[in-house]
Amino acid sequence: MSELKTLYQEMILDHNKNPRNFRAMEDADRSVEGYNPLCGDHYTVYMKMDGEMVKDISFTGAGCAISKASASVMSAMVKGKTRAQAEKLFEQFHQLVTGEVGGENHIEELGKLAAFSGVSEFPARVKCAILAWHTMKSALEAKAETVTTE
Amino acid sequence: MSIATDIATPAVASKFDVARIRKDFPILHTKVHGKPLVYLDNAATSQKPQSVIDALARYYKEQNSNVHRGVHFLSGFATEAYEETRKKITRYINAASEREVIFVRGTTEGVNLVAQSFGKKFIGKGDEAVISALEHHSNIVPWQMVCDERGATLRVAPINDDGEIIVEEYAKLLNAKTKIVAFAHVSNALGTVNPVKEMIALAHDHGIPVLIDGAQALPHMRVDMQDLDCDFYTFSSHKMFGPTGVGVLYGKEKLLNAMPPYQGGGDMIRSVTFEKTTYNDLPYKFEAGTPNIADVVGFGAAIDYLNNLDFPAIESYEHDLLAYATEVLTSNKRVRIIGTSKHKAGVISFVVDGVHAHDVGTIVDSEGIAVRTGHHCAMPVMERFKVAATARASFAFYNTKEEVDALARGINKVIEVFG
Repeated sequence: MSELKTLYQEMILDHNKNPRNFRAMEDADRSVEGYNPLCGDHYTVYMKMDGEMVKDISFTGAGCAISKASASVMSAMVKGKTRAQAEKLFEQFHQLVTGEVGGENHIEELGKLAAFSGVSEFPARVKCAILAWHTMKSALEAKAETVTTE
Repeated sequence: MSIATDIATPAVASKFDVARIRKDFPILHTKVHGKPLVYLDNAATSQKPQSVIDALARYYKEQNSNVHRGVHFLSGFATEAYEETRKKITRYINAASEREVIFVRGTTEGVNLVAQSFGKKFIGKGDEAVISALEHHSNIVPWQMVCDERGATLRVAPINDDGEIIVEEYAKLLNAKTKIVAFAHVSNALGTVNPVKEMIALAHDHGIPVLIDGAQALPHMRVDMQDLDCDFYTFSSHKMFGPTGVGVLYGKEKLLNAMPPYQGGGDMIRSVTFEKTTYNDLPYKFEAGTPNIADVVGFGAAIDYLNNLDFPAIESYEHDLLAYATEVLTSNKRVRIIGTSKHKAGVISFVVDGVHAHDVGTIVDSEGIAVRTGHHCAMPVMERFKVAATARASFAFYNTKEEVDALARGINKVIEVFG
């Protein structure tokens, strides 16, 4: 049960139930689809840039709690950040869920992302957690192809 | 994940002694995450009795050699063991002769063999192949491939809201252009047992050959090729308590003789020169290369095991178990079962309201319960029922009501976590 609690933390359950920035964006500069067909996790990430800054970001779609909460937290954290900051968050999140993060201090720096530290104990679920992040990164790079993490 | 050995003591009073049966399967007495394993993923693969495991070890310890054409002692021994399994299967499914029993890697290869070989000879431009809407991808994609190659059209018989093929609609698809019909005996995603005899007879009224994907049927029932009168029937060892990597394609001799070889190589030839090759007789014409000898021998041990079971008692036991599981799961208002045919075998696909199947799978796994989650290689079925994925509990004769209760508790825990 303890391992399970680290996966399904209160914050993850909350973001799954009440996802932030969960809407289509009609005046988006770009939108990218993220789809893991084996799981069925399927999202679209919308983004509006102002120079190097992510002025607005939102998402729509459906999937498991881990993927949806991850998309929600991603959108909340990336909004208002510069491209470089968003890319750094992407790297940090990736390291966190694949278990590559070092000491506790490092985890504390991650703020809300730390809620996803339990994912690394569930290798089959890593692809769920990183889907929206990879989709966001593709949007930053203004790519058009559908993203998959399976 | 930790796995440790433990002795489980299920107690179900029945004509069929499940407690005794469970002793034959060592893995059922292991622990996962510190909890006794509750293995409910039998539609993906079944567990193996000790006798099958022993047969594999004995083959490599005492019998290993290549089959056919060897003059030395071991080669003869291995050939005999390999061919003995073919005899056992011929009897087990009541094929007319051993020439009709071809060893393949599994059901998927069986379908591909027929699609490619039969298709090359008998499917042409403007022709049609008919499948159903509840097929596994392995009985969809090979037909799409051959239809694309030959300029033919794939037609799909629809299913109703209970997950049953609408037989009247299926009958309407059959016409002079239809060159082959292929469908599952039992649906892997829904558990539906199709009215195979009726569907075969309808196709035969038009003179159309029928292939049955029997992968999910053999673990639950005996099948008789003479009674079914299908033209092809294919199944996998690993779903019927034997090793992975081997399966059988049954085909009527006349059709198999009319079909070109599937793959070229050793064993499938009679003589080879650079000018001309003559092919071997059945069944070897379709068995190119060194076969999976050890697993075929292991499969023979699985057939022996099944032959010692009382199948009418098993069918009755599994029927009761499925009815019990259906009742227990539907008593939970948050659970919806996908696939509600009156004729089902050992499979319950379900969704928990408001919770994605993968979250269900992860949480019940923490209780030692193995269920499969996802689209079950039947994406069109998921599309038909408008779900992205389901959780699937699939049963074998060694499962118990206590294990169903454990699953019900696991689902309650899912609801507890998600609120």
